[in-house]
Amino acid sequence: MFPAKFEYYAPTTVNQAVALLKKHRDAKVLAGGHSLLPTMKLRLAQPPVLVDIGKVKGLAGIKVAKGGATIGALTTHATIAASKDLRKQCPAITEAAALIGDMQVRNRGTIGGSLSHADPAADYPAVMIALGAEMKAVGPKGARTINASHFFKSLMTTALKPSEVLTEVRLPPHQPNSGCAYVKFPNPASRFAVAGVCAWIALDAKGRCAKASIGITGACATATRASKTEAALRGKELNEETIAAAAAQAADGLDCLSDIHASAEYRAHLVTVLTARAIQQAVARAK
Amino acid sequence: MAQLKLTVNGVIYEADIDPRLLLVHYLRDTLGLTGTNVGCDTSQCGACTVLVDGLAVKSCTMLALQASGSKITTIEGLKQDGVYHPLQQAFWDNHGLQCGYCTSGMIMTAVDFLKHNPHPTEAEIRHAIEGNICRCTGYHNIVKAIKAAATQMADNRPLQRPQGQV
Repeated sequence: MFPAKFEYYAPTTVNQAVALLKKHRDAKVLAGGHSLLPTMKLRLAQPPVLVDIGKVKGLAGIKVAKGGATIGALTTHATIAASKDLRKQCPAITEAAALIGDMQVRNRGTIGGSLSHADPAADYPAVMIALGAEMKAVGPKGARTINASHFFKSLMTTALKPSEVLTEVRLPPHQPNSGCAYVKFPNPASRFAVAGVCAWIALDAKGRCAKASIGITGACATATRASKTEAALRGKELNEETIAAAAAQAADGLDCLSDIHASAEYRAHLVTVLTARAIQQAVARAK
Repeated sequence: MAQLKLTVNGVIYEADIDPRLLLVHYLRDTLGLTGTNVGCDTSQCGACTVLVDGLAVKSCTMLALQASGSKITTIEGLKQDGVYHPLQQAFWDNHGLQCGYCTSGMIMTAVDFLKHNPHPTEAEIRHAIEGNICRCTGYHNIVKAIKAAATQMADNRPLQRPQGQV
């Protein structure tokens, strides 16, 4: 299998890439290519122009500071999974990265590419929503920041405009007495998430839940937030019962997908089970 | 057409290619390096694994142009001065193959893996090759071979060829 014909450009700066995207409205951005190329080989996507940002300098790398962490769009899953600094501050993202595909896929796939592609079964979106990450997008009018809550619009659709390039992901600074975790039920063949949940929990001085933020992926057409569970946890003492009661509401109101891998009912069930596990792990890390 | 320049097994190549040419087809069809196989063609089976700047990558899921400026190593590039790489030798010695179709991919993945984890446990080896599928299900000897190569590389013992081997 090989993709349909396309014009190929390899800019070396973000501005060059943006200019190319402005000129070629149907162009697609190519990063590691591990989401886009498979869809192009199956001819599900047939972009007439590819703008390969793989040679753009300065888009790969992780910086962890007191003010938060920044991850360049071209940073590979393998690099994220192996980052000790990142694991210390926010283990959910290194956990998610380590669970993506396999070693070869992690060596080549990038966080920016995965987020821009917005596959409903991708792992990062749940983490981005739970952690309150921000995406930096550069377009013809300059840079703007998009909060994760507004980034994932629908199936394979993000808030990015056709002429914008996602250049960086920013994670907020670590808060004392907070913890996060990502757990998923992977498809045994592809390792994509049949369902995946990321929980971020902050505790107050008495050890009760001060704030909860929970992102769900794999279950629906796009990653979403478990608002009811978040509300149910707030102010509560966190024990097995309260966590189970809150997690039981995680799939309420979700329009779960039904496909060859799992029925909507099964996905909804997985969401509640995984939510409880993610909260438990996050709480253990917050203490 | 677009200009490609890359290094494969230490040799610099330049070519004018169709942008949609995949790395695996460039290696196999243009350079004749058919040791790298195409298996599933959907980035799942790992038969097409090569090293791109030292990292194991599925070459069916990479445009040849994306490898521009990179150093590629294929299974043909592992043998040094007529001596097999310890992993090649260990696959031979431990019969780490049945039909052999997945073998080059398994070995290339293991080359990258052992660089990061020179003393792996059996569980770590099995996890590392999750992106390589052996449809003969010959995993037992593959894992044994990787373990044997790791031991030998860590000890840095000189290679001993079994008698009669060419």
